[in-house]
Amino acid sequence: MEYMGIEPGRIHFSWISSAEATKFVDVVNEVTSTVKALGPRKSFVKTPLTTAKNKAA
Amino acid sequence: MLSYNEKIRHIAKKILAEGKVEIVIGYRRGTLPMINEPCFIKHPEDVTRLIWDRHCGINLTNYLTQRKERIGIIAKGCDSRNIITHIIENKIKREQLVIIGVPCKGMIDRHKIASQFEEEIQKVKEDGDKIVVTGGGIEKIWKLSDVLQENCIICTHRNPVIYDELVAEPVAEQKDVNRYEDIRRIERLSPAEKAEFFDDLLASCIRCYACRNVCPLCYCDTCFVDGSQPQWVGKSQDPTDIRTFHFLRAFHCAGRCTDCGSCERACPMGIKVRTLTKKLEKDCLELFNWEAGIDLEQRPPLTTYNPNDPDDTFR
Repeated sequence: MEYMGIEPGRIHFSWISSAEATKFVDVVNEVTSTVKALGPRKSFVKTPLTTAKNKAA
Repeated sequence: MLSYNEKIRHIAKKILAEGKVEIVIGYRRGTLPMINEPCFIKHPEDVTRLIWDRHCGINLTNYLTQRKERIGIIAKGCDSRNIITHIIENKIKREQLVIIGVPCKGMIDRHKIASQFEEEIQKVKEDGDKIVVTGGGIEKIWKLSDVLQENCIICTHRNPVIYDELVAEPVAEQKDVNRYEDIRRIERLSPAEKAEFFDDLLASCIRCYACRNVCPLCYCDTCFVDGSQPQWVGKSQDPTDIRTFHFLRAFHCAGRCTDCGSCERACPMGIKVRTLTKKLEKDCLELFNWEAGIDLEQRPPLTTYNPNDPDDTFR
C-alpha cells in the first residue's frame, strides 16, 4: 500500500480480542491522531461527477 | 533457438501418434510480425504448423485452465513455473500433461522495436545475435540483447523447472542479476512522488483488460472488475478506478506471479504493468523467501500460516 503512494500511518492493522478493551481504545486513539495529523488525502480520491460538473460550470 | 523447430515438431508428432496426448498446445506464426499465436494441434500431420522463434512470448499455461483432456504443452522456463502454479491451484492435473520443455534465451519486446521503427513493420528476422527489421523500404538492425523483453533480461529461470521432454540442452542460467533495481528506486520516493509516478504510469490505460486476459493467474469465472453485484471497482476511465483495477489485480497475483511478462507484452498502450506485480514478487522473496512455481510440494506463503511469519505491520 505504501508502494502505491499511500502515506505510512494512514492504514493500520491490528488484532484485538474482545477482552482487550484498553488495547482497542489505544489503537483507535492512535489511528485517529495519526490520520488527523496526515490531513485529508490528496491523491487516489475519486471526484464525484456532480462536483466535477460544478467545477466545469 | 531457431533450430528447436524440428525437435518440437518431432516430439509433438510422436506423442500425438502414440496417443499419449489428445492435443498439443504450441505456437504458430501470427498474421502480424512479432506476434505469434497459440496453436492447438490434434492430428500428427498438422505438427508442421508449430513454430519456435523469438516471438513465442505468450504464456500457454493460460490455455490449460480446467481442461479435461490429456495435453502436450510447450513450456519455456516461465511457462513451466506457471504450470506448477496451475497444478498447485488444482486447475490442471500433472498426469494430464506432457510438458515439452524449451530452454529459452529471451523473447523480443515488440514494443521496443515498434517504438523505434517509423514505418509499418513487415518482416522481422533473427540473424545470429542480430535482429533485422524491414518495412516500408527501410531496414534496421538491432543487437538482440537490446530488444529483449525487460523480464527476459533479468530472468533467472530460463530452463523449464518441470518437463517430460526437453528439446535441447539446458542453457546457462543468468547469475548475479539485479532483479529489483527499478522497484527499489520507486520505494525510495516520497508518498506524493509515488502517487504521481503511478498516475503517470497508468495514465494511458484504456481498460481493455488485455493484461488480465493474457495472464495465466487470472482464471476466475467472474473477475472482480466484471462483477456488478456487488460492484467492487468503478468501471469508468476515472484515474482512481484505473488505479484500483491495476493495484487489485496485482494483489491477486501476489505469491503466484512468475514474471513471465505476458501482461506487459499484451498491453496495447505499452504500460509497464510489471512495475506492480514485481513489487509483490520482491516482497514474497524478501518476507517469505518464496519464488512462485518452483516446487510442486511446497505450499504458497499466502495459503499457509507460520508462527514465524513477519508481522511488523500489525500492532
